[in-house]
Amino acid sequence: MNPRAAVLELPNDISAIETAVERAVDCCTTARLARNRLMFNFRVGLTEALSNAILYGNGGDPQKRVRVELRVRSGEVRARVTDEGKGFDPDAVPDPRLPENIPRPDGRGIFLMRALMDEVHYNELGNSVTLVLREGTPAAP
Amino acid sequence: MTFNVRSVGDATVISVDGQLIVGNRQELKQKVLAELERGARRFVIDFTRTGYIDSSGLGILVSLSRSIRQERGDLRLASLNDDLRTLFELTKLDTLFEIHASVRDALAE
Repeated sequence: MNPRAAVLELPNDISAIETAVERAVDCCTTARLARNRLMFNFRVGLTEALSNAILYGNGGDPQKRVRVELRVRSGEVRARVTDEGKGFDPDAVPDPRLPENIPRPDGRGIFLMRALMDEVHYNELGNSVTLVLREGTPAAP
Repeated sequence: MTFNVRSVGDATVISVDGQLIVGNRQELKQKVLAELERGARRFVIDFTRTGYIDSSGLGILVSLSRSIRQERGDLRLASLNDDLRTLFELTKLDTLFEIHASVRDALAE
């Protein structure tokens, strides 16, 4: 199949996330990934990227927006999520699996993206993240 | 997505129909804390009809577990499918929560 591209623009509102994720999933069905990888790994990974962009990247500012760029081809989906914030250092986030962090209610979003997607790349500024999920590679679960 | 609350004996069972994510986590928190305020102490959250949970959903479960334990109560999780169970294992939250195969099992023990 030829690669397919789509762009979604979201208001900076967490109530917009679920609908955006379902629209993205609809765009990605042609990649023919196993159902649970699209319906679970991709949904969770994209939800994390969007909530990070809205709550932390854009700081909850209702004037800002979030952009999702999708590229879909057979056996692979790529989603780039970009906010209008100043960025951050994703490597500075502590490991939520450390014993002292397990009882914390926060700090698992980036870890889950990395665990569930095959690739997670940030741009240099840290305000844009690209998620890649492929068929036949061992991203959990 | 909805949260249905029902009483089974002295336990309060809350089912999560749909997603437990950043957009609806506060609704679950309010429902559980309202029951805690009314005197409920045994809670089971039923994930039979749950599609996915994000880190905010996991976080609200951690927060509720703490609130319930502070009132000498008990929170159990039930009926997680393989994907959801893997989420708890990946984050090591399976060491924090009591996870049961079914609501019946969670209520029996």
